[in-house]
Amino acid sequence: MEKLDHLEQLLTDRLPHVERHRLSDAIILRVTPDTLLETMLRLRDDADLDFKQMIDLAGVHYPGRDKPFEVVYQLLSVRKNHRLRVKVAVDEQTPVPSVISVWWSADWFEREAYEMFGILFAGHPDLRRLLTEYDFEGFPLRKDFPLSGLSEVRYDPAQKRVIRQPLQMVHPNREPYQVNPA
Amino acid sequence: MGVIEEVRQEVAERGFLLASADKLVNWARTSSMWPMTFGLACCAVEMMHAGASRYDLDRFGIVFRGSPRQSDVMIVAGTLTHKMAPALRKLYDQMPEPRWVISMGSCANGGGYYHHGYSVVRGCDTIVPVDIFIPGCPPTAEAFIYGILQLHKKIHRTHTVYSGWGVNGVTQTRNVRT
Repeated sequence: MEKLDHLEQLLTDRLPHVERHRLSDAIILRVTPDTLLETMLRLRDDADLDFKQMIDLAGVHYPGRDKPFEVVYQLLSVRKNHRLRVKVAVDEQTPVPSVISVWWSADWFEREAYEMFGILFAGHPDLRRLLTEYDFEGFPLRKDFPLSGLSEVRYDPAQKRVIRQPLQMVHPNREPYQVNPA
Repeated sequence: MGVIEEVRQEVAERGFLLASADKLVNWARTSSMWPMTFGLACCAVEMMHAGASRYDLDRFGIVFRGSPRQSDVMIVAGTLTHKMAPALRKLYDQMPEPRWVISMGSCANGGGYYHHGYSVVRGCDTIVPVDIFIPGCPPTAEAFIYGILQLHKKIHRTHTVYSGWGVNGVTQTRNVRT
């Protein structure tokens, strides 16, 4: 706890205007997209804060909210042995500035957040889908995305290639069942 | 009487051996089935167990190949995703005939754990024609070898010489949606 108190003191000193709250074992910063980059640079380059590593970047979807998406950054300083969580809330249209210029590890994390939630990252050099196929439609981790997706693939003997078709979920020798169970 | 003793006796009595051409062809095919190395998930680990010293697929003349052009059997070992499906079909198309497909594990058989998911093919038989389905999640190495022996039996049932190449005993892709 002493270490957290110390870090909180540091943050009050170095980043006084950033909204901050504290859980039992973590400090969380809330920043806006337009102040994100300067905050992150400060966190990385300040000798006492020294967050040289970005451990993880995740997207979250809160459907009821005014700004329904959140990007969560997990930062670590190995030398100082402390961690920090930074959150940015955005809506579907607003891009979040890419932090690739700050930490290279952000590259694929941002691609994944874009792919799964449709969060846009301004300044990302290669914002393609990462895990699903490149012609995939929709953002699968949004709460309104149907569980079984919108399309499926099969081999078409006539065209002699694998084609994509709308989801049907019809199987031989099997009772019909509910598509997209809750 | 053992097979070797039978053969010895026949050679001793007549000086030559008689067998049907089909039996000879099928014996040759089943004696050295070279599967393509195609592991997709944890099933591939069981496949490796079967290939390693304890179960030793070499006993069946099975040697894993790195190229589809040198393979007779494709073992779909694991979860087949939508993204991988075109690649799987391409590899299958590159294999020379006659060729067989073993679908290994619940995911390859019908989507398994990920059946309702948005990214997984619900059964690899919608992509390639499957000869043998091995159940299990993952199937044990023993189950896998049992599946291979079942494929041997299936190959022994085909009549290549009498019916023409690839007409009899060739499995079709599951025609799900017409």
